[in-house]
Amino acid sequence: MALLAINNIEVIYDHVILVLKGVSFEVEQGQIVALLGANGAGKTTTLKAISNLLGSERGEVTKGSIEYRSERIDGLTPNDLVRRGLIQVMEGRHCFQHLTVEENLLTGAFTRSGSRTQVRSDLEKVYAYFPRLKERRRSQAGYTSGGEQQMTAIGRALMAQPQMILLDEPSMGLAPQVVDEIFEIVHDLNEKERVSFLLAEQNTMVALRYATHGYILENGRVVMDGPAGELSSNEDVKEFYLGLSGSGRKSFRDVKHYRRRKRWLA
Amino acid sequence: MTFFLEVLIGGLLSGVMYSLVALGFVLIYKASGVFNFAQGAMVFIAALAYVTLAERFGLPFWAAFALALAVMVLIGILTERIVLRPLVNQPQISLFMATIGLAFFLEGIAQMVQLWAFNDLSPRPLTLGIQDQPIEWLMNEFDILVSSFDLLAAAVAGVLVAALAVFFNRTRIGRALRAVADDHQAALSVGIPLKTIWGIVWSVAGFVALVAGLLWGARSGVQFALTLVALKALPVLILGGFESIAGAIVGGLIIGAAEKLAEVYLGPFVGGGIEGWFAYVLALLFLLVRPEGLFGERHIDRV
Repeated sequence: MALLAINNIEVIYDHVILVLKGVSFEVEQGQIVALLGANGAGKTTTLKAISNLLGSERGEVTKGSIEYRSERIDGLTPNDLVRRGLIQVMEGRHCFQHLTVEENLLTGAFTRSGSRTQVRSDLEKVYAYFPRLKERRRSQAGYTSGGEQQMTAIGRALMAQPQMILLDEPSMGLAPQVVDEIFEIVHDLNEKERVSFLLAEQNTMVALRYATHGYILENGRVVMDGPAGELSSNEDVKEFYLGLSGSGRKSFRDVKHYRRRKRWLA
Repeated sequence: MTFFLEVLIGGLLSGVMYSLVALGFVLIYKASGVFNFAQGAMVFIAALAYVTLAERFGLPFWAAFALALAVMVLIGILTERIVLRPLVNQPQISLFMATIGLAFFLEGIAQMVQLWAFNDLSPRPLTLGIQDQPIEWLMNEFDILVSSFDLLAAAVAGVLVAALAVFFNRTRIGRALRAVADDHQAALSVGIPLKTIWGIVWSVAGFVALVAGLLWGARSGVQFALTLVALKALPVLILGGFESIAGAIVGGLIIGAAEKLAEVYLGPFVGGGIEGWFAYVLALLFLLVRPEGLFGERHIDRV
């Protein structure tokens, strides 16, 4: 039984702009699933549809269903979803700039009614995964580096004791080394804490290295999916998303290239 | 020397009265990043609710206070539901404009209530049982005139500030309030319910408005002019910083003392009447030097 199942959802912004045109996929317990695709493909919209953060952007799920632990969750507030263990880490970090790193982490425990000692020990656990945050815990989050902010954002989500994290573009604006560091931690969290991840990424190469399964979105549709290993060895994926191809540099005069690409965008 | 002290103390204490009003602004600003134009109207409507309950219906102090507080909480919750909720994640200028509308609305309602309850719009006296008279002991010992009412106001403000500071910095809800002020969407994403949070903060702001309204009403009568008290809170906020509770107090003290001293010592050179505008000049100068105020949050930009 899938932990999260998206069935044929359609999302419309402002009552006119159709962004997702029937997207379906599943995330099994313990998986890291990557949603891949170019700018504007609908990755972020998909995540926000699940976490129900679309409302404040005048977006709406108009068709299809979203099931989490075999229960319909479309229409639940983000607060309800976080309580059920489903939390989103938004694109671009979105730390609370004027709060200290530690206060940022503590806001993640808002929905928990646990005791102070319980929260304390969770805080220590987050610091164990992100030792850098412990050093910076007293500084205002706005003054920390991009990597530290991304760590703060993930750590903040962990404080809610989630079963599943929707992670939007964690590599954005970060140095390759920091990207690897973050993905290593995601991998650790997946293995040790049994947190499942739904990961939206443009950095296809890194995402497929850590993911178990991948879905490729184009223009609001899933155009291809498969186990991560299979995807990364697929010729088309290599050419269009990884920038690799057997025959070296491509010439734009190559008509076959266009035809193949067209099949993807139809 | 005693004269100087008397002016200084009088100024500081009247500054505390400004602080009380400024506190309401700070609360809303801290929790939603919005300058609440309706704060003055809230002070007026709170004072009016109390006077109506106490005088028209003859309720004792605590009953009238509790009911007036309930009215303010109700107004806070309705404001969240009708005005703020549709504006989540919209530019802050939209929220600001909404509070201007709210101010006119509340002022209109308040005047309707006053007409209904008392049949006229003249200032209503409000008594809290404490005389606005000099403390005799201080007068005899040091020859300084200090009003006991002013001292009470200062004590009330002190307690309020301490309680609010603890609330914002040490509690789970307080932290969530500050988080919401920084980033609505991020706050939503970690499961902080904006509705509840805004309901709480407008209720607390209503409480502060009630306290300010009672003290100001006792001083100058409950009247429409109370809404203008908010204008005096503006320089206080600019000095102290919009996000700082401590700043509201310190700013109030500085403004209060400065305008009284200026009136007494500079006034004669320009023919008096400085008190009315000196605070604004001070605020203007301050803006040039330190636009975020003494204790305000610096704007953080990544480059």
